[in-house]
Amino acid sequence: MAGVPIIKLGASLIVTVQEALHDRAAMELQDDITTAIEHTGARGLLIDVSVLDVVDSFMGRMLGNIGTMASLMGAVTVIAGIQPAVAVTLTELGLELRGIHTVLNVEKGLALVQKLTGNIDETTGSGGLDGTT
Amino acid sequence: MVRPEIEVLIEREEDVIVARSKGRELAKEMGFGVVDQARIPTAISELARNILVHAGSGVIRIREIEAGSRRGMEIAAEDHGPGIEDVELALTEGYTTSTGLGLGLPGAKRLTDEMEIRSKIGEGTVVVARKWLR
Repeated sequence: MAGVPIIKLGASLIVTVQEALHDRAAMELQDDITTAIEHTGARGLLIDVSVLDVVDSFMGRMLGNIGTMASLMGAVTVIAGIQPAVAVTLTELGLELRGIHTVLNVEKGLALVQKLTGNIDETTGSGGLDGTT
Repeated sequence: MVRPEIEVLIEREEDVIVARSKGRELAKEMGFGVVDQARIPTAISELARNILVHAGSGVIRIREIEAGSRRGMEIAAEDHGPGIEDVELALTEGYTTSTGLGLGLPGAKRLTDEMEIRSKIGEGTVVVARKWLR
């Protein structure tokens, strides 16, 4: 099955989750992201979860793990588009996404990740590092 | 009009997503608010994943219920797995017997209004959770 696509944009990686991920797919995503950070030396990671209307404890922990791993590899993580109802359920599950920046939408996410990686006027480079195999 | 009971066999991870989608659909049809439309499938996801992790397979049943003038949704997660030795302990936050992340039962409990667990070692477990329309 196809992986979640990972796009390189300057010093950042952009990941757009396009459908609900079951546990295995979420773990594959974690692996794909850490591999991509290693290969590209990315300093920023933007994950768009705006399509997800359900984020359970496993997925929530996965997102947290991705943030921690990215941080250990020198990259900041921004998560964009957590739906309000999802934010409530994550809170009620007692999950905190520590060390991760969260923003309302992808536009804000792009601006933030570029600012955090020091690429304020970044317009170069959109390669395609595809997470599919 | 009471809609028919929904039954989803849980044998693979993809089934977890099917079960929670159907739960979400029913929640929407029944008139649950936007946040409950996220709470309910999330609770279903926790219970269904528990089935896979602990028993390998099982079934999720979702149905409309009534109690007096109240209407709600009932989710039953059944399996023929090893059973839960200490239900109280299983409901403790962070407790886990598997390589999972230990939020399944307490998580589902927090997201719903009522929860009952019937379990017998060596025979299986039934977890019933209910969410009422306000």
